Parts: sequence; structure tokens; C-alpha cells
Amino acid sequence: MITPRVPLLPPLPGLDEDLGLALQGRGLWTDARRRFLRNRAAVASLFVLGLIVLLCVAGSALSPNIFDEPDFAAMHAPPSLAGQHWFGTDNLGRDLFVRTLLGGRISLMVGALGATVAVLIGTLYGATAGFVGGKTDSVMMRFLEILASFPVMFLVILLMTFFGRELWLIFVAIGAVSWLDMARIVRGQTLSLKRKEFVEVAQVCGVSSFGIIRRHIVPNALGIVAVYATLLVPSMILFESFLSYLGLGVQEPMTSWGALLEQGAKSLEAAPWELAFPAGFLVTTLFCFNFIGDGLRDALDPKDR
Amino acid sequence: MLKFILRRILLEALPTLLILVTVTFFLIRLAPGGPFSAEIDVPPEVKAAIEAKYRLDQSLPAQYFGYLADLTRGDFGPSFKYKDFTVNDLVNKAMPVSFRLGVTAFIIAVILGVGAGVTAALRQNTWIDYSVMGVAMIGVVLPNFVLAPVLALIFAIWLKLLPAGGWDGGRAIYMVLPVAVLCQHYISVIARITRGSMIEVLGSPFIRTARAKGLPMRYIVRRHALKPAMLPVISYLGPAFVGIITGSVVVETFFGIPGIGQLFVNGALNRDYPMVLGLTILIGTLMIVFNAIVDIVYGLIDPRIRIK
Repeated sequence: MITPRVPLLPPLPGLDEDLGLALQGRGLWTDARRRFLRNRAAVASLFVLGLIVLLCVAGSALSPNIFDEPDFAAMHAPPSLAGQHWFGTDNLGRDLFVRTLLGGRISLMVGALGATVAVLIGTLYGATAGFVGGKTDSVMMRFLEILASFPVMFLVILLMTFFGRELWLIFVAIGAVSWLDMARIVRGQTLSLKRKEFVEVAQVCGVSSFGIIRRHIVPNALGIVAVYATLLVPSMILFESFLSYLGLGVQEPMTSWGALLEQGAKSLEAAPWELAFPAGFLVTTLFCFNFIGDGLRDALDPKDR
Repeated sequence: MLKFILRRILLEALPTLLILVTVTFFLIRLAPGGPFSAEIDVPPEVKAAIEAKYRLDQSLPAQYFGYLADLTRGDFGPSFKYKDFTVNDLVNKAMPVSFRLGVTAFIIAVILGVGAGVTAALRQNTWIDYSVMGVAMIGVVLPNFVLAPVLALIFAIWLKLLPAGGWDGGRAIYMVLPVAVLCQHYISVIARITRGSMIEVLGSPFIRTARAKGLPMRYIVRRHALKPAMLPVISYLGPAFVGIITGSVVVETFFGIPGIGQLFVNGALNRDYPMVLGLTILIGTLMIVFNAIVDIVYGLIDPRIRIK
């Protein structure tokens, strides 16, 4: 029996507008934005984080000091708002305000770049493994498991020992190991997405696998990727700080929050501010990212819808 | 079950170990100028020992299999820095120190973490719950290299209650600060995981049945709820163990504790190749073995894992 086609109802001109019933498309992102903005901790964190980023990028212009220029008249000088050194100076008399901001620039850059690399590799890898499935999937996942059980931190230090302590090496090392969880998450999403009708339709229409991944899978997994990426940035920053704290990361006269913390920890008794300022900035940044990540998760979690 | 254990060891742990060892072997040969060249000033005795040790006169496959054979015997070769010592001598001295520190921190983290998590779950949405979770949030975010100097400043320099560093054969008073710094993060994470899974378990039908039978709450928690609620915690123990080893690098460096972590960092700073290499392999092996054990234990407790 042939079911008769039901003709699509033509839109009623004027009616929707007249009654104020125009269906406002409420997509995932509109909804999410509304929910995110209602989360006070997340919004406040976003604001504070914005301030920190702004300060790190442009703040050093406020001070007449230069990050690697020692002021021999003022070594271990305490912080003073009236004087020249707002955050005090370090053991060589270098201005801590400028150095903290410079360190922040490096730390944030490592965080952002590392997370970007991780997101790009992880998303593509995970989506491919999940979408292609079968043998390819199990080989790709096995490879991932082997990488994940590596003593990563120690291998990175091993690399640093052999090849010298270079900033780019930190980027590569961090980026190369941090995409594993991302790949797993995206693969899980892909597995559930690929059974959806719109993917089937795309296949029937002859869209290539890569096209489907790019146009259908990745955009739909984007929410969870965004959440995870926000949580990745602080862990990248921590990783870099850890290396720099051990003296294996950024090299003098450049600096990062981890390197500043290491110096601050050394002169703890004589000059606690050398620890306090970088620690304050680092911890605040980490908190902000965590709150924003939580807020995003609450806003974007599909389970909640 | 036996099949599950064998698969976990033969198909996962062993290949990972082999890859780790292979990667490290070829890394040394890739290093610029080669670690065995004149780039680093090495005493001649050490140099001779190294050349013999790494069979530099033989073919590459022979070198590789010789290296594997040495490792299976647990022989890491001579140290570059301390010419009278082999890496093994130094590691043997440092190992008990790190072990003591790590195990203490691990046990405390599990006990306090589970305790705090269960307490918070049982008093969900009261001020107790909120304060436990608030502290845990701070503990999750605060890195140990910030906490270590801050605690040292407060308890050692201002209050003069505890020593700011040193080990002194592991006397209890020297262990307080390092252990506290080492375990705080894991207490927080375990508390959060425990709370979440406990709340989920307490809401399940079999707990409702137990309550309907009139069993006392304490009995229900101990006999019925705790075991299923512990499953996610157990799967976290693998990463936690790895994290405590890694964290002890920071803690040992800061507090001047003569353990593996400090050995490792000094080795890296001095470019003591065999030391760093040996420790990477040693720690890597520990991590891989421990993760395998955790997985197997998990399989023993939760039958659903075994049948994949």
C-alpha cells in the first residue's frame, strides 16, 4: 500500500508575527549561553580571568621597569605602591611586577597553545577512530592506551635532559601527550552520533567519511570538547609550572609562574612576597579556569537537556 | 578470570614496557652529539666503563639486546656524575626513602579521602557537605609546589613547629609536612569521587530495601553501600599512585629529602644520562605494573569488567 504524501502546510503569512508566536530557534548554544550567564561563579571567573589576561598582555607597559634589568639599589626590595617596584624585587633586584606579568604571558601561552594542539589532534583522532570503527578503531585505541600508560612526565624530563631545555620542546611535549583523554571523549561521542539519522542521510547522499566527520560529527561533539578544553588549559599551565619549578622548563632571563615560584620558595624567609605574587596569580588563574569549566559543563551537558 | 589476568599482563603491560624500553634506547642514540661523546666532561674511568657497558664496539642489534638483558637483570650501569657509584647503588639508597614517603601519603590519602567523601555523602546538602566539598575544591586546584612553600612558611618559619626540610632517617616530625603536601590533592580528589558514587549508590533500590527492612544506617553503609561505592575510587588508585610518585619529585626537591625524586631532578639538571634513563625505566615499570594490578583487582571485585 502506498501511503499518500501529506503536503507540507504552507506557512501562514502574517499570523505568527501577529500573535507574537514566531518560533525563536533555541539552539544548544543559545540555551547554553543563558545557563552559563546564570552561573555567578563562572561569570565572575570569566571576568577575573579576562583581567588577568589583559594585565599579562598589556600590563607591563604600566611600569617603567624592564623584566631582565637588575636594580642594584633595590635587591629583595619589599613591595610598595608608592615606590618604583609595586610587587617588590627579586634576588637580583629585578622588578617582580613586570616579571610576574611576563611569567603569566608565558604560562598562559603554554596553556592556550598546548590546549589547542591537544584539541586539534584529540578531536580528529577520536572522531576518526570512532567513525571508522572496526579494526582501525581497535588499533588506534590500543595505541592510545599504550601512550597513556607511559610515565609521561618522566619521559618529558628525559627529553629535556637529552635535547636541552627549549621552550618549543615543552610545547611539543605537552601537546603531544595531552590529547589522549580528548581523543577518548570525542570517540565516545562519535560512536553515539554515528548511529543518528542525519549521519545516515549524509552517507546515502554520498558525502565522504572525512566530510561527515568535519561537517556532522565534530560540530556535534563541540560542546563537550569546549568543556574539556577549558579544563585542559589549567592542566597545561600546571605541567609547565611543574617543569619550570624543577628548573627544567623556561630558562633565565625568561620566566614563567613556575620559575618565579621556584625562586620565591628559595627566598621564602627573607622575601615572602616573591612567592606570594606569582602564587596568587597562578592559583587565581587555575580557580577561574576550573569554575568556567564547571559552568560550561553545566551549561552544555546534554544529559541536562 | 585467569584469562582476564593473562590478557592484561601479556597483551597490555608487557608490550607497553617493551615499547618504553625501546623508545628510551633509541632516544639516547638520537641525543645531539650522543651522550657518550665529548659534549659532557666525563672522567676517563667512567668513559671506559660506559663504552664497555653500552657495548659501543658492537652492532646496533647486539647493543639493543645486550641493553635489554641488562635491564632484565636490573642493571642500570654507571652514573656520570658520581664516578664511584653505579646507578643501582644510588637508587638502592634512595628507594626506601621515597617508598616510605609515598606509601604513607597514599594510605593517608585513601583513608581521609574515603572518610570525608562518605561523611559528605551521608550529610548531603548540609553545611558539613558544603565545607568538605569547598576544602576539596581548593585541594584539587592548589598545586603542590605552591602548597609546599606556603606550609613551610607557616609551620616552620612563623610558628617554628616543624622542620622546614631534611629527612633525618625518616623521623616522624620530618615527615609531617612532606606527607601533608603530597597527599592533600589526592585526599580531595578521592573525597569528591567517593561522595559522588556514594550518593548514587545510596539512591539505588537495594539500599531502599535495606532501609525498609529497618537496618540501621551505619550497618547499611558498611555492609551494602561501601563496596559498590568504592569501585570508582579503586579505578582512580592507579592514576593516584602515578601522581604521588610524580608529586614526590616536587616534594623531595623542596624539602631536601634524599629520595628517588631528588635523584631524578639532580640527574636531569646535571645531565647524568644513565641516571635519568634508569630512573625513567624504573618508575615507568612501577607505574605500568601498578596500573595492571589495579585493573586486575578491579576485575576481581567487579565481574562486569572481566567479560568484555
